[in-house]
Amino acid sequence: MIVVIDYGMGNVGSIMNMLKKIGAQAVLSRHPDDIAQAERLILPGVGSFDTGMRNLRELGIQYVLNRRVVEDGIPILGICLGMQLFTKKSEEGRELGFGWLDAETLRFSFDQGTEKLKLPHMGWNDVQLCQPASCFPLQQQERRFYFVHSYYIRCNAPDDILMRTSYGIDFTSSFCHKNILGVQFHPEKSHRFGIEFFEAFLAWTPGRKG
Amino acid sequence: MVYKRVIPVLLLRGTGFVKTSHFKNPVYLGDCFNTVRLFNEKEADELMILDITATPENKPINFDLLSQLASECFMPLSYGGGIRNIDDMRRLFRAGFEKVSLNTEVVKNPRIISDAAREFGEQSIVVSIDVKRKLFGGHEVYVNSGRQATGMDPVTAARRAVESGAGEILLNSIDRDGTMEGYDVELIHKVADAVPVPLVACGGAGSLSHFHDAIHKGGASAVAAGSFFVFKGKHRAVLITYPSQKEIREGIY
Repeated sequence: MIVVIDYGMGNVGSIMNMLKKIGAQAVLSRHPDDIAQAERLILPGVGSFDTGMRNLRELGIQYVLNRRVVEDGIPILGICLGMQLFTKKSEEGRELGFGWLDAETLRFSFDQGTEKLKLPHMGWNDVQLCQPASCFPLQQQERRFYFVHSYYIRCNAPDDILMRTSYGIDFTSSFCHKNILGVQFHPEKSHRFGIEFFEAFLAWTPGRKG
Repeated sequence: MVYKRVIPVLLLRGTGFVKTSHFKNPVYLGDCFNTVRLFNEKEADELMILDITATPENKPINFDLLSQLASECFMPLSYGGGIRNIDDMRRLFRAGFEKVSLNTEVVKNPRIISDAAREFGEQSIVVSIDVKRKLFGGHEVYVNSGRQATGMDPVTAARRAVESGAGEILLNSIDRDGTMEGYDVELIHKVADAVPVPLVACGGAGSLSHFHDAIHKGGASAVAAGSFFVFKGKHRAVLITYPSQKEIREGIY
């Protein structure tokens, strides 16, 4: 069973629509029991870092989530803020993240650049696959995804970086660390590119690369 | 590269879509499901659905219809029309929309923008500003589907919206609506220059070169249109179209 974690952060409806579209059995839940039994997890998220961590804690799912991911090693996908919560901390807030990988969340800052880009980074952008990965076996050349964010993550271990995207700077748009997959973009809103991405996530068995 | 979004704006009236000229004379386009499915198949960058009768006729939001429409769309979606409170927005986000568009509220109740931005994040809040040219120069903001003048100029309205927490401005030219004669580039430039958030230009697009002008001369981050995507030929026959990525790349960059 796939559990999409409903912790009051953002548009879970579109993720459920996408999973239904590709014929996946998924439930939307905020109950620790469901998370304890899940085979695969999706942590969505739109909103602020601190509210996200606080909601997880107040709903009593932070602990069980950590156990399922770290001890049981079940595949988890973090989308946008969901992914940022996997990092150690964020410039957006004071709460600590899960710290499942050596990475931080930073705010885009274009003050010194000649070109002052608008924030949030909103729209379709290209991704560059940095390494072959079992969780993202895309065949086609064209890969575009829809982004909406003002914060991005910096991975300190180059091996974790799966995709890069450019917006003023080159940033990590996706990472894969053991059983943990994160994307900054919104695959649930990215047409066939997103459909393909979710299908790949559902077929993914972590533990091997390439 | 960051692509400039090319966005069909669909005006909802009851359960069908219509297209207006100067915010008047709605022409029926057809069943809304069929239209939305076509734009999904054509891989439109984003869709905006605006209910044009909700506010003026004081109608409730048709959540059932909207959530069925959203389940057909695998692209970014925004909705505007008749949104009264945070709870309305929450239901829209739950249905699969990721942006809500507020209009009349800017003037009546800027507080709803800041409350919404705090609750859902600024990127989820679009403020839509409808503008008419004044007889002796300059522009003025209108509300209530273009029926009521406010005396406010669009730059002030846009700045105020962003200060309250708007993450995006949808700038509509009532004069150009439905004309397909090109955007009001001067207006776009004035407003885009005044705000740090993305500006979506709307009103007047009839060709890819109009998109080009709104982006390169006006500074728009995205271009929206109605007639361009739904009418074909000089007799304005209804035909749903969306340019291919290749046409967009060649035409607007």
